[in-house]
Amino acid sequence: MNAILTIAGKEFRDGLRNRWVLAIALVLAFLAVGIAWFGAAASGGLGFTSLATTVVSLATLAVFLIPLIALLLAYDAVVGEQEAGTLLLLLTYPISRTQLLLGKFLGHSLILAAATALGFGIAGAVIAVGAEGVALTELAAGMGLLIGSSILLGWVFIAFAYLISVWVTEKARAAGLALVVWFLFVLVFDLGLLALLVSVERGGDWLPWLLLLNPTECFRLINLTGFEAARSYTGLTSIAEGSAFRPAMVTAILVAWILVPLGLALLRFRRRAA
Amino acid sequence: MTAVIDFQGVTRRDGGLVRLDALDLQVDEGEVLALLGHNGAGKTTTMHLILGLLSPSEGQVAVLGGAPDGAHAETLRRRLGYLPENVSFYEQLSGREVLDYFARLKRVDRGQVGELLDRVGLGHAAHRRVKTYSKGMRQRLGLAQALLGDPRLLLLDEPTTGLDPAATRDFYDTVRGLRERGCTVLLSSHVLPGVEPYIDRALILGGGKRLALGSLTELREEAALPITVRARGHGGAGDLAQRLAGWDDPRITVTPHDAHEVALTVPPDAKLAVLRRLTDTAGVEDIELLPPTLEHLYTHFSAELSPAQRGDAE
Repeated sequence: MNAILTIAGKEFRDGLRNRWVLAIALVLAFLAVGIAWFGAAASGGLGFTSLATTVVSLATLAVFLIPLIALLLAYDAVVGEQEAGTLLLLLTYPISRTQLLLGKFLGHSLILAAATALGFGIAGAVIAVGAEGVALTELAAGMGLLIGSSILLGWVFIAFAYLISVWVTEKARAAGLALVVWFLFVLVFDLGLLALLVSVERGGDWLPWLLLLNPTECFRLINLTGFEAARSYTGLTSIAEGSAFRPAMVTAILVAWILVPLGLALLRFRRRAA
Repeated sequence: MTAVIDFQGVTRRDGGLVRLDALDLQVDEGEVLALLGHNGAGKTTTMHLILGLLSPSEGQVAVLGGAPDGAHAETLRRRLGYLPENVSFYEQLSGREVLDYFARLKRVDRGQVGELLDRVGLGHAAHRRVKTYSKGMRQRLGLAQALLGDPRLLLLDEPTTGLDPAATRDFYDTVRGLRERGCTVLLSSHVLPGVEPYIDRALILGGGKRLALGSLTELREEAALPITVRARGHGGAGDLAQRLAGWDDPRITVTPHDAHEVALTVPPDAKLAVLRRLTDTAGVEDIELLPPTLEHLYTHFSAELSPAQRGDAE
């Protein structure tokens, strides 16, 4: 356990030192404030519109950005140390491979969690101060849910990044695969689903279940169904009625999306040759 | 005394490639052993087997009394130090932070960190980032890392690559100091002249096979390579060479170097006879004896390998 904390602590300090935490937080805060402020631009207005629109827009932003940030943060976690030669050295130390991988995962998870909380937290504070007529409790609940689910989503993609990182032997290849994973889950899946939705004429009760096959859709479901005011906004809730789509259930599925790739990464890492 | 490292008929295969072929090796406590060989000869494979990073395909490996790839690994790994061939430490950290991190992972007293940095001559640069270190400083940081926790066994893979001669000498002096404290040292090197005075025995590997193993004296005996004797003196051109020509033993050859110097190639058993005649020869003022160096021995032992064997494992 001690070794895990040592490795996690080193990884987290690295994140602070090379300004990952700061950079992620600033990007998220900047874009989030921008979206909140120009939320009415589509309808020709300017300024804060409503909390519901804002939360829906922020969730859409997070779906694009958080996975990308997580993959970029962690794709070289193992393969980077392998190329530097420190992995070989660490494997001769009195620590297990499981400890090594979990320690690094914990460190990266903390970096992403701190940066997300900071970035969206700043955005929430700016909205609370700058926008008129916002119910503070509602805002806090909405932003809290957004931050919590964003962190979970980020961890899912850190786990994917780890799976990539233990599988390949070159950093460049890991970076390429990370982008492919992002592309598939964030862009291609949605298009595919849309195409399916259009082509299936009757029946199609099973279609909403497909949403659970993609962690980014799980994230969307949590934010859109979990936030009272946003519910009326989207047609999504009408297709996603039923016990399997309650926030608690979807959150559990999102957690499974962390554990499965991380577990596979551990298996692979323990078995592979040094 | 039980051997610190014990290899019994160890073979390691990767796919169709034989990395190491039935190697027998015993290394005793406090011994400095050099692993010599061309690229792909099996030096790094041998080290990885000792470290438990690889398991033998056949045969048995025991290090400090247990198999390094099994349950024994945990205790073993706290008692050994390893310096890999190519390692670039975390550049954004300072030398002190790097060493501190490794000390925590090895669960050794972190009070050692400052002392070790001083010992390898990095005390003044401890707070600078590794990014600013020269190649030699990085190598010394690696050595400090290997020395954490006072290891009983030290494995150094090409430790002096990229070091200047003074740094190399410092490095080997540290190794000598460790040996005096009872630490067993295994080092691989292809910078042969530097390593010679500091080792007890050498293991020459080629194509995964053990070509020779022994102290320098033993290797010289086994190889029976001729000794070079240089005689210097005064006299006219070709004079000295003329006076020293004409030996009964056909194995002795005489090569005039210049007017004042002659080199004789002499088999070991004829050494004294040659020396006697040289001391009796008028005009000879200085005699220099040059036994075959490790480099000569290495060339001799690895000459049996075909060029294909020498290159196929790379």
